[in-house]
Amino acid sequence: MLAHIIQTLPQVIVDGLTLGVVYAVVAIGYTMVYGILELINFAHGEIFMSGAFIGTTVLLILSSVGFLSSVPAILAFIIIIVIASIATGFLGMGIERVAYRPLRNAPKLITLITAIGVSFLLQDIVRFIAELKTGNYIVSAPSLFNEKIHLKTSSILPQFGDALFKSSFLVVLIVAIIMLIVLDFFVNRTKWGMAMRAVAQDRETASLMSINVNKVISVTFFVGSALGGATGVLFMVQYGSIDPYIGFILGIKAFTAAVLGGIGNIRGAMVGGLLIGLLEMFAAANLSTITHGAFGAEYKDIFAFAILIAVLIFKPEGLFGKAVVEKV
Amino acid sequence: MKSKKIVSLITTAALAFGIISGCSSSKDGSSGSDGKQVIKIATQSPLSGGSATLGEAIKLGAQMAISDQKKAFAKKGFDLQLVPYDDQADPKKGVSNAQQIGSDKSILGIIGHLNSGVTIPASEIYEKNQLAMISPAATATDVTDRGLKVVNRICARDDFQGPAGAEFAVNTLKAKKIFIIQDKTAYGSGLAEAFRDAAKKLGADIVGYEGITVGEKDFNGVVGQAASKKPDLIYFGGVYAEGGLIIKQARDKGLDIPIMGGDALDSSSTVQIAGDSVKNVYLSSVAGDVTKVEAGKKFADAYKAKFNKNVESYSSYGYDATGILLKAIMSAIDKNDGKLPTREAVSQAVRTIKDYQGIINKVGFDDKGDNKFAKVFIFKFDKAEYPAVQQKAISK
Repeated sequence: MLAHIIQTLPQVIVDGLTLGVVYAVVAIGYTMVYGILELINFAHGEIFMSGAFIGTTVLLILSSVGFLSSVPAILAFIIIIVIASIATGFLGMGIERVAYRPLRNAPKLITLITAIGVSFLLQDIVRFIAELKTGNYIVSAPSLFNEKIHLKTSSILPQFGDALFKSSFLVVLIVAIIMLIVLDFFVNRTKWGMAMRAVAQDRETASLMSINVNKVISVTFFVGSALGGATGVLFMVQYGSIDPYIGFILGIKAFTAAVLGGIGNIRGAMVGGLLIGLLEMFAAANLSTITHGAFGAEYKDIFAFAILIAVLIFKPEGLFGKAVVEKV
Repeated sequence: MKSKKIVSLITTAALAFGIISGCSSSKDGSSGSDGKQVIKIATQSPLSGGSATLGEAIKLGAQMAISDQKKAFAKKGFDLQLVPYDDQADPKKGVSNAQQIGSDKSILGIIGHLNSGVTIPASEIYEKNQLAMISPAATATDVTDRGLKVVNRICARDDFQGPAGAEFAVNTLKAKKIFIIQDKTAYGSGLAEAFRDAAKKLGADIVGYEGITVGEKDFNGVVGQAASKKPDLIYFGGVYAEGGLIIKQARDKGLDIPIMGGDALDSSSTVQIAGDSVKNVYLSSVAGDVTKVEAGKKFADAYKAKFNKNVESYSSYGYDATGILLKAIMSAIDKNDGKLPTREAVSQAVRTIKDYQGIINKVGFDDKGDNKFAKVFIFKFDKAEYPAVQQKAISK
């Protein structure tokens, strides 16, 4: 049993990392907005989905004008991801301006329901457009990175099996890690980042220190949504098939990741996302081996959520969260 | 302030009145525009959602049968109409539609559903309303095994489709080690179980039996597990949205073995999602290739001309099912001296059909409502192109 688990481990790690970085970047969008507004922005999963669709649209346009064959795939990919993230960034900012700002002083529950409403709205708008243009809302994108890479992990340790993946995995991993590092730098080292942290700590006091709170919140939504949209493009590159509902399950899992890492904490969201992705993949690959067929791979989500519950019992603020003293 | 309230009261009242009158006018439709009595045929299939391609095909097939026979009914003084319902492949939606259909007295029969999971609860409502239902595609055994009087189907049952697939996999493809993936729905797991049991009996070794969640896109965990067991065939019980991705992710993991699935992979979307990976994929289908028979070619051409779409697997069954229903209604009308028959008479007439020549195969219902002549067809994708090539027809 153990031999089997160890043998498949390299492949599980490769697959788990792919899923994990996607969860991680989406989780950041949840955590940033929560940190600053104490609002769970349920529309964030749909912003991720819109990013995937915008990216696919740009990709299809580029390939129809013959641009794809004339430039290297990586350049086309950069163009696509930049366009998609800017577009979704403005989309997120617009949603904040139209749907959340008027409700900023309303009870939290009302904003939460609004967020759920916005997410349904986005799903159906995208579905409508996709169906209008292609006749089918499951859209397949031409794959950009197709070379298969054979990682000889068995030569490191004889117990390991080999891992096999597509080059798109490397692209997803590297781009996601770059995004995580840049964001961390942005939040912790720049003036805007400092303003964001100040608003997150105490909105009113921050406004007294001549910080334009509305602007900071807009920027937060822009950055979070742009990251979400870019992840949508990564998702499209990795899996090649998207539909308007991909944001729902993925959004819930990313939100879970944010809670696991301690909601409001950016580094926590990163770690939480990677953990959830790896756990899920590990469970899918090994659950039936561990339980001798009593529980199949279909229980993988229960496995991941059981660990979440266990963590929250012993550390209710999440792995990286700080216990907040209630302000009097 | 007061005037505002009065205005809002009046507008609300007007709105409510509008809704009520809207309802009543749609229910009053028992007499058509030119004084003819209206007979409505309802289709219930997913027109949106993951299996919309298949659901749409059923609707269009029915539409074609109805426009073919509109004139014959007009001669007898009836106006034949189609009312398509979207069940969204969702049992709750299917049942609430069924209740609506039940209350519309001019509907005499239902063509649908696509999914067994929707058919089973919805048919309970049809039974209460004595409404005949003919499903072109619901394959689960429970659809007819409950012994409902109104439930019929023209396709084969899962407990035949699974074994037929297993027979082909073990005897023709010589598969010894088989890995099975299913999607936890009534359809997917029913099919996968039937396949598993039959394959075991035929001497194959089942090296894994795993489930996935519908709506997800990453199945690398399960596929990786399959790869580590080194099977020589993967069987998937589920629908194309997940099936296409599993095929693709299996090929990415270097699994170039045959992958086999059920009739729900029989869609152009499978090819669209899986792309080149779709080569060496087999599927068992309860619907045959219409272009293999002369009548089918004609049907495919007419279908293309009418809707500007290629025939999907269930187009011809949608057409046949509607044809049978209309034949039953016609004979019920004749029995009733040319007057509008009751729903009960129609559903009895449907069950008595023993020898209807459909486009691909004959239809004759046994006392449970299953088609005695149903066949299972095995298809293979040789290149990334839909439709797949028919390999073999297996009958009982």
